[in-house]
Amino acid sequence: MSFLPLARKAGAATLAALLLGAAPAALMAATPADTLVIAAAIDDIVSLDPAEAYEFSGLDVVNNTYDGLVEINPATLALEPGLAESWSVADDGVTYTFKMKAGVTFASGNPVTAEAAAYSLQRAVKVNKTPAFILNQFGWTAENVDAMITGAGDTLTLKVDKPFAPTFLYNCLTAGVASIVDAETVKTHDVGGDMANEWLKNNSAGTGAYVLKSYKPNEGVILEARPGYWRGDAILKNVFIQHIPEAATERLQIEKGDVDIARALTPTDVAGLEGNADVSVVTDVGGQVYYLSFNQKNEMYKNAKFLDAMRWAIDYQGMADTIMKGAVIPHQSFLPQGYLGALDDLPYSLDIEKAKALLAESGVKDPVVTLTVRNAADRMDISQSIQNTFGQAGIKVDLKVGEGAEVLKDYRARLHDATLQTWGPDYPDPNTNSSTFAENPDNSDEAGATGYLAWRNAYDPGAMTAASQAAVMERDPEKRKVMYADIQKTHRETSPFILMFQQARQTAMRSNVQGFYAGGAVDAASFWLVTK
Amino acid sequence: MTTLNAWLLDPNPKSRLQSRVGQTWLSWLRFRRNPLAMIGLGISVALIFMSIFAPLLAPYDPIVQSLPDRLLPPLTPGHWMGTDDFGRDIYSRLLYGSRITLYIVMLVILTAPVVGLIIGTVAGYFGGWVDAVLMRITDVFLAFPKLILALALVAVLGPGMVNAVLAIAITSWPPYARVARAETLTVRNSDYIAATRLQGASALRLIWGHVMPMCLPSVIIRVTLDMAGVILTAAGLGFLGLGVQPPLPEWGLMISAGRKFLFEQWWVATMPGLAIFIVSLGFNLLGDGLRDVLDPRSAGK
Amino acid sequence: MAPVNSAQSSDAAAQSSAALRFASQSANTLFSLFITFIGLLAVTFLISRVIPIDPVTAILGERATGEQIAALTQKLGLNDPLWKQFGIYVWDVFHGDLGQSVRTRDPVLTEIGRYFPATLELSTLGILIGVIVGIPAGVLGATKPGSWRDLFVRLVGLMGYSMPVFWLGLMGLLLFYGELGWVGGPGRLDSMYEMMIDVTVPPVTHMILIDTALAGEWDMFWNALSHIILPASLLGYLSMAYISRMTRSFMMNELGQEYITTARVKGMPERRVVWVHAMRNVAVPLITVVALSYAYLLEGAVLTETIFAWPGLGRYITDALLVADMPAVLGGTIVVGAVYIGINMLSDFLYRLADPRAR
Repeated sequence: MSFLPLARKAGAATLAALLLGAAPAALMAATPADTLVIAAAIDDIVSLDPAEAYEFSGLDVVNNTYDGLVEINPATLALEPGLAESWSVADDGVTYTFKMKAGVTFASGNPVTAEAAAYSLQRAVKVNKTPAFILNQFGWTAENVDAMITGAGDTLTLKVDKPFAPTFLYNCLTAGVASIVDAETVKTHDVGGDMANEWLKNNSAGTGAYVLKSYKPNEGVILEARPGYWRGDAILKNVFIQHIPEAATERLQIEKGDVDIARALTPTDVAGLEGNADVSVVTDVGGQVYYLSFNQKNEMYKNAKFLDAMRWAIDYQGMADTIMKGAVIPHQSFLPQGYLGALDDLPYSLDIEKAKALLAESGVKDPVVTLTVRNAADRMDISQSIQNTFGQAGIKVDLKVGEGAEVLKDYRARLHDATLQTWGPDYPDPNTNSSTFAENPDNSDEAGATGYLAWRNAYDPGAMTAASQAAVMERDPEKRKVMYADIQKTHRETSPFILMFQQARQTAMRSNVQGFYAGGAVDAASFWLVTK
Repeated sequence: MTTLNAWLLDPNPKSRLQSRVGQTWLSWLRFRRNPLAMIGLGISVALIFMSIFAPLLAPYDPIVQSLPDRLLPPLTPGHWMGTDDFGRDIYSRLLYGSRITLYIVMLVILTAPVVGLIIGTVAGYFGGWVDAVLMRITDVFLAFPKLILALALVAVLGPGMVNAVLAIAITSWPPYARVARAETLTVRNSDYIAATRLQGASALRLIWGHVMPMCLPSVIIRVTLDMAGVILTAAGLGFLGLGVQPPLPEWGLMISAGRKFLFEQWWVATMPGLAIFIVSLGFNLLGDGLRDVLDPRSAGK
Repeated sequence: MAPVNSAQSSDAAAQSSAALRFASQSANTLFSLFITFIGLLAVTFLISRVIPIDPVTAILGERATGEQIAALTQKLGLNDPLWKQFGIYVWDVFHGDLGQSVRTRDPVLTEIGRYFPATLELSTLGILIGVIVGIPAGVLGATKPGSWRDLFVRLVGLMGYSMPVFWLGLMGLLLFYGELGWVGGPGRLDSMYEMMIDVTVPPVTHMILIDTALAGEWDMFWNALSHIILPASLLGYLSMAYISRMTRSFMMNELGQEYITTARVKGMPERRVVWVHAMRNVAVPLITVVALSYAYLLEGAVLTETIFAWPGLGRYITDALLVADMPAVLGGTIVVGAVYIGINMLSDFLYRLADPRAR
């Protein structure tokens, strides 16, 4: 009959699929017992050399293969001794002394010495990759760093160029770029003076709980636990981070138990996992903040009442509860939760009537806001909601969507009108955001100070510039905290920035997995405490 | 009525007009006999009807958001196709979106195949180095990954619907050129072409009046198969933010936006997907029907 | 004796002139290939110069100083006249230097070499499935045009063509992996094997199916097969639509020819008529169609690669495009374009070889 050949073919295909898939698939239903399998999107990794790694995924790996002088406790997110067991600062405010912990060895077996520590920091400055600026802030350059940072025996001496707030230095020393590397191993793999930068892309030479066994870009990272880790050996002997860029795919994997942890799920997927007894979801904050900013080259945005009107025309809670559910928490100041001096209060909310009244008082007639936004799904959702609520308040919004690189280019050239952006902190100290949101020493076009978000928006913060610069030099941590609180309050009431959200991260784990810490806003992920 | 019928079916037409109209009428009669082709025609007409009367047919505004009503499933009272993640009625958005879809498709049809046809027929007719040069250019454009070319163009010209269409058109013309050239090669040595040339017809007249019509059937068939591809490419561009901008209810954009809900709220992506499927099917069947009628070689099947 | 001799010598003359013609046509083909490739380079070069992304800031990053920018601009030769830059560009490409990725600073050729085998493996299996299913499907429709089975074949094919790839892929993954567990999940291997493969299997071709078979690691082979079968079937389904349609079209034309009617009248079984005689003539233009589909798969499997976490070239190029890593984009484009031109020329070649009418 006419259907027979077709049916036969279909039957054969099904049989083949069954034979292919059934046997091995049945065997591999769960992950190996001693391996932590993580599904994440790791295509942002540029290098796993701690002196070069600057993206989230790269820093996650570095955090588990290296340690620094000062560390962050994965559970409490507080500063604690790392490879240095104690430290102090002299009265001159520029000389620091670190005492190295005794008995710690690198994965290679070499002992950790103050010389190795000094070498590591000198190396990071000399290799001069992207994150080097974090160290350069302290006045260290390739020429002077050998003299400024010296180590002998178990004592490391650090000299900085200005009497900064000590918390500033300690916070920065927790960053990945300040990781301590095995000097001897590194020196043997130097190729043409690159200080092993090439070799460290695929190998690790640190004190961390794990050693980098293999890195296949866009495929996966394999870590192997090393015996003799100073915080106690990692419980799971292997970690396999698999690159799975599609959230829906990760969801299927975690439902089936083919991965233990899924890190790149969308809020929709998380909601879909709600009833599943085998999967638990942990929410954590991240460091990114979402904000609207307005280019003050447009006189309209210098109108204080107009700015205020816009602040009341945004549905912060509504978005956080619906379209951005699980992806963000409402947050209305520029220091993310977890940072020294962060504010938790939420003074603004959606009030269309108030917005309309303020708009009327402002005297601005028929305002049109051209909102430039990157074409990522979450940004589009937020901007459409803003378009909607602004419209109700009488402010027309034209959306201008573009590629990330393009949008950034316009923003840095001060060519935008209004823009929806996110900002991720560069290092775990409040100065990172304060210096860029609240400082603008030279507002002219010629200055080209694209590093300052305030400059990008042609905004002169006035007295806040000096206040922020003073805060980074404040030696008393409590006073420093108050200074940042004050700056943030003034900033959110007067600047052309509207801070809306802080990133939230949802991690799905099989219910037998415990001890995973994603790191909040200040730290990277930690794997060595995980059990399953 | 019968006099009109007689006039149309007259086997000895008295004027060129009568002959042409008569031929068209005969083709229509043959077309009508093909049920699949009629279905295709029906779908296409329905699409045009929908896009013209969208404001009358749509129960809701396609753009206004209603967050409390978001992600309602199909067959919810008032929203028989459900709502999307901003609470907008999907049925209304599909109706208004049909306009955009039609616009994009028409724009591409009017540009890519025309360009391809011209280049292909010229290359095929003149042969020699004209052919070689034109075909090399065609090959280069064919070799280029479509998405890259489209994205590069949009990066230069800026996002927006017209630029996206232009980008799609520039990447789609090569296959038409190839098809047209193949047809032209077959035709150019035939007797009637030689006869017309002997009569003193210029190359332009020959190509325009005689060669191109022979290529039309193949081109039309290709066009109908490409429709779905065009809509989906526009969707791809829209997904990357380079084509139609939100909140416009372009079908492809709706599918892309619905991707993140595929497992739980499958209707957000599936409804526009079905719409595209039905429209492509319609154009496809229509194209096949037209081919059966227009292509003298497949006559009598 | 004389007539036989002259017959023999004229045969030989005919053969040698045919061979000569063939050789000159092949040379022609190669020359065209070369020209097309240069054209491709010209277009990619033009695009790289026209795109409004400044390569220097892209490389140096936000915090670059004025002198750093000037120095790099000079070093990259961006101050030279355009034709000179193009010349250097062409020279570099022919020496295998496709530049450095702006993002990772690895040579683009090395990176492409990493992802290309994965794409090749997937696309080849995909096109095989497409051909194995598509050609019989097309024949099925052609032999009974307008029937229910014809309509069914066309509908199924059309669905593959007009439903968005990610929809088919995710639904397929949900059904066959999530619900039924018939196939392996995303990625090329199970995590257990991913950890082992570098140790136990020497990377001969970097295509897992071949390498594991060569190394005799059969568990891994079956596992890899279970992971590749679904994405390959997806790609096969997508190309099947076009292949089956063209097969149907060609076959319908062919079955209307006189010699077919003659064969039927003579009592030849229908199977032979279709599959031996008609197919012989249909196979020739079909080669071109298959080649086109194959090249298309090589270039455009981005969404499939994303959903199935397949580390292939499509994803590489698109990701690079989204972060404006132009050397990577253009390098990838050149490689894909070159492969496409190659496949095209090969199919032209085979076409000419097989079809005496086209000589």
